[in-house]
Amino acid sequence: MNAVQPFEGIGASVRRKEDFRFLQGRGMYTDDINRPGQTHAFILRSPHAHATIQGIDTAAAKAMPGVLAVFTSADMTAIGGIPCGWQIHNKDGTPMAEPKHPVLAEGKVRHVGDPVAVVVAETRAQARDAAEAIVVDYAPLQGVSSTEAAIAPGAPAVHDGVAGNLCYDWHIGDKATTDAAFAKAAKVVKFSTTNNRLVPNAMEPRAAIGEFDAMSGDYTLYTTSQNPHVIRLLMGAFVLSIPESKLRVVAPDVGGGFGSKIYHYAEEAIVTWASAKVKRPIKWTADRTESFMSDAHGRDHVSTAELALDTDGKILGLKVHTLANMGAYLSTFAPCVPTYLYATLLSGVYATPVIYAEVKAVFTNTVPVDAYRGAGRPEATYLLERLMDVAAREIGMDRVEFRKKNFIPTAAFPYQTPVALQYDSGDYFSTLAGALETSGWATFEERRSEAKARGKLRGIGISTYVEACGIAPSAVVGSLGARAGLYEVGTIRVHPTGSVTVLTGTHSHGQGHETTLAQLVADKLGVPMANIDIVHGDTAKVPFGMGTYGSRSLAVGGSAMDKAMDKIIAKGKRIAAHLMEASVDDVEFERGTFRVAGTDKTKSLTDISLAAYVPHNYPIDEIEPGLDETAFYDPKNFTYPGGCHICEVEIDPDTGKVSVMGFTAVDDVGRVINPMIVEGQVQGGVAQGIGQALLEAAIYDADGQLISGSMMDYTMPRADDLAPVSVATHTTLCTHNPLGVKGCGEVGAIGSPPAVMNAVVDALRDFGVNHVEMPATPAKIWNIINGHRMAAE
Amino acid sequence: MYDFEYHKPSSVADAVKILAADPDARAISGGMTLLPALKLRLNKPTSVVDLSGIADLRGVKREGGKLVVGALTRHYEVATSAEVKASIPALAAMAASIGDTQVRNRGTMGGSVANNDPSADYPAALLALGATIQTDRRTISADDFFQGMFATALEAGELVTAIHIPVPEKAGYAKMKNPASRYSMAGVFVAKGPAGVRVAVNGAGNNGVFREAAMEAALSANWSADAVAGIKVDPSGMNGDIHGSAEYRAHLVTVMAKRAVVDAG
Repeated sequence: MNAVQPFEGIGASVRRKEDFRFLQGRGMYTDDINRPGQTHAFILRSPHAHATIQGIDTAAAKAMPGVLAVFTSADMTAIGGIPCGWQIHNKDGTPMAEPKHPVLAEGKVRHVGDPVAVVVAETRAQARDAAEAIVVDYAPLQGVSSTEAAIAPGAPAVHDGVAGNLCYDWHIGDKATTDAAFAKAAKVVKFSTTNNRLVPNAMEPRAAIGEFDAMSGDYTLYTTSQNPHVIRLLMGAFVLSIPESKLRVVAPDVGGGFGSKIYHYAEEAIVTWASAKVKRPIKWTADRTESFMSDAHGRDHVSTAELALDTDGKILGLKVHTLANMGAYLSTFAPCVPTYLYATLLSGVYATPVIYAEVKAVFTNTVPVDAYRGAGRPEATYLLERLMDVAAREIGMDRVEFRKKNFIPTAAFPYQTPVALQYDSGDYFSTLAGALETSGWATFEERRSEAKARGKLRGIGISTYVEACGIAPSAVVGSLGARAGLYEVGTIRVHPTGSVTVLTGTHSHGQGHETTLAQLVADKLGVPMANIDIVHGDTAKVPFGMGTYGSRSLAVGGSAMDKAMDKIIAKGKRIAAHLMEASVDDVEFERGTFRVAGTDKTKSLTDISLAAYVPHNYPIDEIEPGLDETAFYDPKNFTYPGGCHICEVEIDPDTGKVSVMGFTAVDDVGRVINPMIVEGQVQGGVAQGIGQALLEAAIYDADGQLISGSMMDYTMPRADDLAPVSVATHTTLCTHNPLGVKGCGEVGAIGSPPAVMNAVVDALRDFGVNHVEMPATPAKIWNIINGHRMAAE
Repeated sequence: MYDFEYHKPSSVADAVKILAADPDARAISGGMTLLPALKLRLNKPTSVVDLSGIADLRGVKREGGKLVVGALTRHYEVATSAEVKASIPALAAMAASIGDTQVRNRGTMGGSVANNDPSADYPAALLALGATIQTDRRTISADDFFQGMFATALEAGELVTAIHIPVPEKAGYAKMKNPASRYSMAGVFVAKGPAGVRVAVNGAGNNGVFREAAMEAALSANWSADAVAGIKVDPSGMNGDIHGSAEYRAHLVTVMAKRAVVDAG
């Protein structure tokens, strides 16, 4: 077992091992699991955005065929509310408002879809039938859905005791120095925008199965989660008071998360708790309608930005004011999204000397809002990259030159921004140059003229961005209000005959970890891919890990594995030294072979693993048997992928329809482990970014009814809405993790929306337009064009 | 869905008998509208009468100057029928544009016509082509058949059995799809045939499919896209929602009419 052939290590586009089962429909998702004696739950949800519950009559439902139990909050007095994992402090140092988030509504419903009661029955249809027989006496209240309306005087109070519906009023940066910079500015550019609200829509709806073993007292929860240990901690410790040792959480194959499956949801607690009441396993699976009104939504910011410039177009300072919608309750990570994942990114790729940002988070009668692919960084990037285009136009400077003039110089890394982050590495000039070249930026006007001859309006847009991921240094996030650590764990278990099982605390829900993480092992230990298995998603198998979000799996989880492999190699060298009668200091290791330096004496990893598990000739007094090592890795900093995205669009002026004609991404994601998977991750992210820019919008009416409550009205991107996405990488290594990796899972969704919208605005440059709000739907674009024509007439 | 009795008759007479005996029974053809409604519990029929066992309601044939399309003929069959493609290529192209592959392999012309969804494609074609709808008991001209949003001349328990479509000299269709649902937001079918020049609009109107008289007059005088380009449609008759205002849809009708004329050649 020498060098891996063909090369399967770092840098190889190894085909995804997991696709064999996924593409054949043979994955094992939560809803595919059926437990003996399993029952089914149906959750009765509020049809009202805001109402008091004057009474719930469950008698008729309890008498329905197949019904085992009907529960309301009155049955759940002994359990806690759903906890929030992050506490933000107000400007004055006081903690944010954190009203209780009950598992089932207590006396009041606060959004359409708020769970009110649960029916457990022999079949799902029986549970649903019975739920229709529950009589809830609602007294509807005035609701409020937008942040601006919710903080207006006299707005309906979503929670008693939360004045003005304000969750927190937070700020970052230095107001005095920023004001001073603005006082000296030759030009101040103002820009306001709304970052549209999105419904995540993972292909697999959420599902959960709770099971209680009365003999052992053990609970098992199977759930569609990105982070089973986090769910075990939150639900066990805060909601149900179940010791970790008595609670197993399994997240099997999960069909997409995009953030929406990070959070601890009421349904998980309901099925786990109720399984002990009915003494049978309980399954709940959302239908798509439920997903729309119960999965945490994304984005929903209203922002105003001001950019101070000197006479040369150099940025002197930035001020931002943002209203962020929290929805009706605080979802697990909601408070940190518009603060530490957003405002800390407002320097972008620019050497902005001073920044001051204020963020108000607001409760409304809508579904809770939390992190969605990119989480705060798309909001910051969109605001900044639209602002850069608006400013370039206002001062009459070429938008590329304006960006380059303000880029952080490549020699300036590590670069400390005025908003807390220190970027370790990057080279924005090279990613820009690569994207300009690939996209044919210089020859765009020819394509615009050709399109004009066909009656189409063609535009080109650019976005240069950086993001912060690989989350996160535990002490840092702890000081910022996180109620958890964000290290990761990896176990490398070398079996006696040299095959390897990896236990990782990260979780794969489409990212391809079973391949990428195995490549790390193939590369470092020289074990063939076929002999490496990645185990994740089961708290009974894997040490306490924090899961997958924030593009952290490779940067943090992969680094933990790397540390564990270091331990394997160090121990292996000691065993090899014994077997080869050499000094341990003389033993070298490379890809599966231990060698006495400068000799032809070698031992394979298999020789060593066999000796470790069959320790006949073994230094048993000095070294423990076995070859099984675990490492925990806590990152020293965030990682900072960045790059340049360029989009070309054509607009049909007769219908307003925007078509994406081409998309170029040149990203610096650090060291690339599997180029094919990176390409797919970027393309998927870009597809979601195009979705946000052109198609998707969760629309509530003013009172909180969800108008776009299904795919009849919520436009998910389809293949023909997209265009080929050219993906290339330009690598600068992360300087603080052992792999040099930065992360690629979110860059597509972060960098792309402003590139698309800058292209849309560029296409409309003859129509007196300096901004178009997302999504750029046909009707919206036609209104702009038509308004311009009517004004001209 | 709620429980219901399921019937699968093998003749139109048997189907009609079941439907006549029970006003809360529903006929199901391809099921592309009724099935989702049942699954969402928006509809609670006592029985569902599955027409798919009635063999002689399926298929396309040419009879002199007209096409006869069996009510159970699926969109895929209309789209790929050599007879339709040769006689009324715009109709075949329209069928190929309905929904997605799964819908086209299940949905039927009779079902679409009987349902008369304002955003469905076929009603505009049949109205513009001057088609006749044959039922188990009579024939009804398309002009009389389509009576507003989801409303038709069908009596309770009356089944569409075939659609008779005069072959036009030329016909064309263009539509703007709703970005989310991909149903028609504004579709225009133009035809020049035995019934004269006719222009029918789906998707846009606030009371279902309708004919656009001004465009018919303009095209009768001058069959060209330019002839309809200047005709403004009154927004007061248009639907408005989160996907577009009545003004936008009125504008789209003109745009799609131009494109339909170009499509017709």
